[in-house]
Amino acid sequence: MLELKNLNFEIKSENTSQNILKNINLRFENNKIYVITGPNGSGKSTLVKLIMGILSPNDGEIIFNNKNITNLSINERANIGISFAFQQPITFKGLKVRDLLDIASGNKNDFNMICNYLSTVGLCAKDYIDRQIDSKLSGGELKRIELAMVLARKGKLNIFDEPEAGIDLWSFENLTKIFSSLKNSITIIVSHQQKILEIADEIIMLKKGEVIKKGSLKDILPFIENNKCFKLRGNNE
Amino acid sequence: MNNLEKKILEKISDLHAIPNGAFNIRKNGELFERNSTKEINIIPKKNKNGIDVIVSPNVQNKSIHIPVIITIGGLNDLVYNDFYIGENSDVTIVAGCGIHNKTCKTSVHSGIHSFHLKENSKVKYIERHIGEGNRESGKILNPITKIYLNKNSEMFIETSQIGGVTSSLRKTFAVLKENAKLIIKENLLTNDKDYAKSFFKINLLGNHSSVEITSHSVAKNNSYQEFKSNLIGNNECFGHVECDGILLDDAKIISIPMINASNKNASLIHEAAIGKIAGDELIKLMTLGLTEKEAEDVIIQGFLLGN
Repeated sequence: MLELKNLNFEIKSENTSQNILKNINLRFENNKIYVITGPNGSGKSTLVKLIMGILSPNDGEIIFNNKNITNLSINERANIGISFAFQQPITFKGLKVRDLLDIASGNKNDFNMICNYLSTVGLCAKDYIDRQIDSKLSGGELKRIELAMVLARKGKLNIFDEPEAGIDLWSFENLTKIFSSLKNSITIIVSHQQKILEIADEIIMLKKGEVIKKGSLKDILPFIENNKCFKLRGNNE
Repeated sequence: MNNLEKKILEKISDLHAIPNGAFNIRKNGELFERNSTKEINIIPKKNKNGIDVIVSPNVQNKSIHIPVIITIGGLNDLVYNDFYIGENSDVTIVAGCGIHNKTCKTSVHSGIHSFHLKENSKVKYIERHIGEGNRESGKILNPITKIYLNKNSEMFIETSQIGGVTSSLRKTFAVLKENAKLIIKENLLTNDKDYAKSFFKINLLGNHSSVEITSHSVAKNNSYQEFKSNLIGNNECFGHVECDGILLDDAKIISIPMINASNKNASLIHEAAIGKIAGDELIKLMTLGLTEKEAEDVIIQGFLLGN
């Protein structure tokens, strides 16, 4: 279980400070899919970055499986089972798909294992295994490799920051199958995509850094319809 | 050859023993062993140190090893090696110098190599430089490479110097005739107070000649690197130089481009990017379980080996 207790995050500049997240209290249970949604600038990506340790809260606590991880580094959190798929996948000069999948899984994978990870995200291993993770790959290819790395981590808490962006040529059906296949773990997805919200056990809606509603898609829809600045995206957007 | 010498030989040329085929192994300023074949003749020069390597026409998929091993201090070794590649031949030449210097005296190796490629011939040239032993003693390598590419000939050069060499001045000169192609990949890592300077002057003389130079370098501690290239486009030709450098600590890298186009159809490009390791690359690898130091090492290794 993951618990966020009174989490606050603010950005301070010389004369001003801006509250990005205010007093966040949330619980995430094992074997459930949670989708965090909300308008641009509502703090969704900031919240998941706090969970991964990429950002540090100003105050509050993060408890994962009864352990206070608020002060753990990114890699310490990774090594207790938290994994993270970036919204904008990172490119590297010289590192290959095989290298990152080996690092992700913590050991040297044979071809069949790499084939398993890549075919799950719709890529043919023999075409990609020795490709460098650089700008020669398309945004959609990078995004799918990012997903494959999370699969290779076999994490207990899997976080996906806007996983649908750029993978429209594949299909949402395949993407949602991946999320549904992640057993014995907590899945947290940041998304605006209706198809992804439909598979959530619980949707958390943020606005201006605060949780304004939690519940099923049916519970959340009226809040979305009342919000002029926020619309869910359909399959072709 | 003792164990230390065997280890150096392996590091610079991937050889575990004396190779088959044509080779010339030089140790501590003298010939150690040499072998010619029916197709590849290695002839010692009469008036100075060095060899002429004559590859007959139509020789396919053969290799030539010319490693240099130095295990003493105070040596100043200067050699002139000239390679003549016959028409339609395709060979791999593995060179390189390993200095293991435990003494306090500086050892220097200067390899002056020239390559003369006849029409339609191809050469893959692999050159590795390493320095080991007493960190305080000088291990200096100053290679000069002169390349003459005739019509339709191709040369691919892979040169690496991954740490340990305290000072190097590498000069590469090339003249390319019609349809000739030259590809150079340089990988460089400097530590401590190392000094490494690379200079390329490429004359694209022939119609449709082309050159691509990619340099990946990492400078650590207080080391200094300088990369200077001069592309001269005298015909309808293509030239591309890419110089990427990663800076750590208080190191310094300078990249100086010079493009000299004297034909309106010459297309010459110089790209240079020097900076520290991107923070998001480190963060990504840390989310995969690596410490910041491990992530840095993986990024540097990939950057150097992936070129």
